[in-house]
Amino acid sequence: MNTADQYLKSIYLIQQLEDGSASTGAIADSLDVSPASANEMIGKLQDQGLARHEKYKGVDLTDEGIKRARDALQNYCIIERFLVEVLEVEDFRAEARQLEPVIDETVADRLDTIIDREPQCPDCFNAEDDVCGLLELEVDAAD
Amino acid sequence: MVVGVSVQQPVASDHQLARLLQIGVVLEEVVEARAAKHADMADLDDTVRAFLREAAAESATHRERLDELVDALEADTIPFDDIKTLVEKQYEADQDFDGVLYDQLCNEETAYKFYDDLIDAIESSEVTLSIDRERLLSVLREIRADEETGVEDVTELMEKRE
Repeated sequence: MNTADQYLKSIYLIQQLEDGSASTGAIADSLDVSPASANEMIGKLQDQGLARHEKYKGVDLTDEGIKRARDALQNYCIIERFLVEVLEVEDFRAEARQLEPVIDETVADRLDTIIDREPQCPDCFNAEDDVCGLLELEVDAAD
Repeated sequence: MVVGVSVQQPVASDHQLARLLQIGVVLEEVVEARAAKHADMADLDDTVRAFLREAAAESATHRERLDELVDALEADTIPFDDIKTLVEKQYEADQDFDGVLYDQLCNEETAYKFYDDLIDAIESSEVTLSIDRERLLSVLREIRADEETGVEDVTELMEKRE
């Protein structure tokens, strides 16, 4: 996943949590980058028609931005599920974040052939818990 | 807030490298299981069947080479039987003759992309790895070259059938 996609995914999730625009500060925090770097990338996303940035309001994704963010989120879900279901990784959230930039969507598609993922993905993603809401239920049930 | 993602691209540690190599092992196991399954299909011509058997065998060799690297990093590998079971469980038997070759093309292209990205991530990393970097890169480059040849071979086979 490239850097732009990671930004789009982050903005999408922050917008869900905030139920509104995403502030530059929140975006920078979530990606662990400086506000200056976040601003630069947000400008690029705006130039590409993927996001809109209004001063004092924040960042909103365009329809095209939302589409790409959802694809990126789906890839992230595949990586998380793969780590849980196949490799049985306990700290799967942290590892998924590390792996996300290195795992291309074609690779995620192949990994997807051996995991259980619900058709409504990524709508079942729980932004607050940073994991698929349905996966969490399965993990709870197994405890 | 728990929405963080790292923007760091290079391989950051032995642990992350081992995890990526484990993913490589699983990808090879998926290829091996699917190609072997397709090679057993009844209505296949001999050229395609031989090609798929060879592809499955090549994946097994790649997997063994990756296993050695995973071992050297003192991580666990993933048993082939586990992945074979998962492939069987999720497999949708809707493959026709051309679908089998297309699936194999996806396998080879995906594997190529994976190794290409992994090599980049290792080359751009400045961390000290406990495994010899040149040995690691040389194994991965050889496997990547095999995948590149694989893409060419399956493309050629598909073109001949058109």
